[in-house]
Amino acid sequence: MSAVFEVRNLKRSFGGLAVTNDVSISMAPGDRVALIGPNGAGKTTFVNLVTGNLKPSAGQVLLGGEDVTGLNSTQRVRRGLVRSFQVTRLFPEMTPEEHVALAILQREGRSGRMFGSHRAMADVGEETAAILSTLGLSSLADNRVREIAYGQQRLLELALALALKPKVLLLDEPAAGVPQSDTGLIEKALADLPADLAVLMIEHDMDLVFRFARRVIVLAAGEIIFDGLPSDATRDTRVRQAYLGSYADARSLA
Amino acid sequence: MTVPTSKDSASSATSDRRVRLRPDVIGVLVIAAAAIAGYLLFPNNLALLTRITAIALLVLSLDLVTGYCGVATLGHAALFGAGAYGAGIVAVHFGMTDPFAMLGFGIIAGALAGLVSGVVVLRAHGLPQLVLSIAIVHLAHEVANKASGWTGGSDGLAGITPDAVFGLYQFDLWGRTAYVFGIVLLILVFVVLRQIVRSPFGMLCRGIRQDPLRVQALGASVNGTLVKMYVISGAVAGAGGALNAISTQVVGLDSLSFTLSAEALVMLVLGGTGSLYGALIGTLTFMWFEDVVSAANPFHWLTIVGALLIAVVLFAPKGLYGTIAAWFAGRKRRSA
Repeated sequence: MSAVFEVRNLKRSFGGLAVTNDVSISMAPGDRVALIGPNGAGKTTFVNLVTGNLKPSAGQVLLGGEDVTGLNSTQRVRRGLVRSFQVTRLFPEMTPEEHVALAILQREGRSGRMFGSHRAMADVGEETAAILSTLGLSSLADNRVREIAYGQQRLLELALALALKPKVLLLDEPAAGVPQSDTGLIEKALADLPADLAVLMIEHDMDLVFRFARRVIVLAAGEIIFDGLPSDATRDTRVRQAYLGSYADARSLA
Repeated sequence: MTVPTSKDSASSATSDRRVRLRPDVIGVLVIAAAAIAGYLLFPNNLALLTRITAIALLVLSLDLVTGYCGVATLGHAALFGAGAYGAGIVAVHFGMTDPFAMLGFGIIAGALAGLVSGVVVLRAHGLPQLVLSIAIVHLAHEVANKASGWTGGSDGLAGITPDAVFGLYQFDLWGRTAYVFGIVLLILVFVVLRQIVRSPFGMLCRGIRQDPLRVQALGASVNGTLVKMYVISGAVAGAGGALNAISTQVVGLDSLSFTLSAEALVMLVLGGTGSLYGALIGTLTFMWFEDVVSAANPFHWLTIVGALLIAVVLFAPKGLYGTIAAWFAGRKRRSA
């Protein structure tokens, strides 16, 4: 299958230090890829380069075959590259229903409308209800976000991503900060993501990585040192070496 | 958890619309009732009441960018002054003395001033943004002062003589026509703004105030949206300025002043940001207070206004309307 998302020889250096060095990745629709790496490996920089929040020193980012390297982050979102945040970024005074409706309206190019409430738009209401229901948030639809639990806020982040109907979804530690009791909900939501969506997940929690990903990419010191099956990653010598120091033994990954 | 059928959600949408229109009708009735009460109680003070109406438009306009979008500005009088001079200049120099034409030009001038100051102010954030806004109002003031051929400079632009409204109602010495003209304008603006702040666009603006990065991650343009709101805000402030020009028949440099900008912000904070009612209540309270207290004690009235403001900021940080609304909401939740 042709690549829906591709990164070619991406480079970014701060001062003389190459934080992302010649990174190339290709993903097809339906891929479930986890990007892992020890602290300081350059994961955050990589995410920012992909989303367009940082400009690369060299290399290209392609979405569905189109070069989007010159586009800013909002233009990339409109072309189907959507991200979630490591620490939830939501509107504290707005309700989940308003969040999802706004995302749907934005996707459809109706967010600039100055007349009529979204509540009077039946199609938006239906889709909002359906998305909230998928993620088990229906009962909280009218609560203000600052009043709902963190685990549910994380689910709402996923709801926003789904409402935008992306082609490529970048999940930045989707389970970070979620109490143990709620991680099951997040995992279920991740398992239920649309089958044709390409998902790239940045994650520290190895249990989650091995349950979710069918392919693992290991980043260390700004370079890809492994790209392959999760089961092979734990046996790879370079991966073990990279993790020595931050993890006692790569065997504990499995 | 059930997904509502299309029939369910369609009918809930219509009933929802009815429920949400009711506060608008109540709002219009309250403004109209207050206006009639003002007319009957203070028949000799209609000029002040008209001035309050014009300033209320300025404060509503400020609320759009500061209260709803979170843009800090101390230069909003530039938009009000643009509207006032726009209306005055077409009347004095181009002989367009129809009040609706003057109002129209005031709105256009205000919207243009909104576009320009929006583009400049939105280049920065936080304190630098505030400084840019102050620079804008000072520049506008200086331009109006220097271009005295057009604006009358420090003497003010005099000789504005608006025609009768619909050719029937002359702008009279008691200011009755101006007052009715102003109140009708205020009500129309209020109804339009209620629509806008509740629309998807208004929701997007509230989102920008709460987390601009999240709005970008949804694929929406933050600056594009804010510039649009600035233009709308400019049109509203311009309408206020034009009303002031039509009713007082003179435009002075004070309509473009930093002082007026700062006072508008004080009124907004007093009433409560992020709500149209807050803007109206803040303006009314501040200007009524100013009038009463300055008459009673011409030397220390600013001290008393200062004390009132400190009291509100310390004890009712959401402003007068915000505090009352929060109190009622809390009571409703407790009883529910």
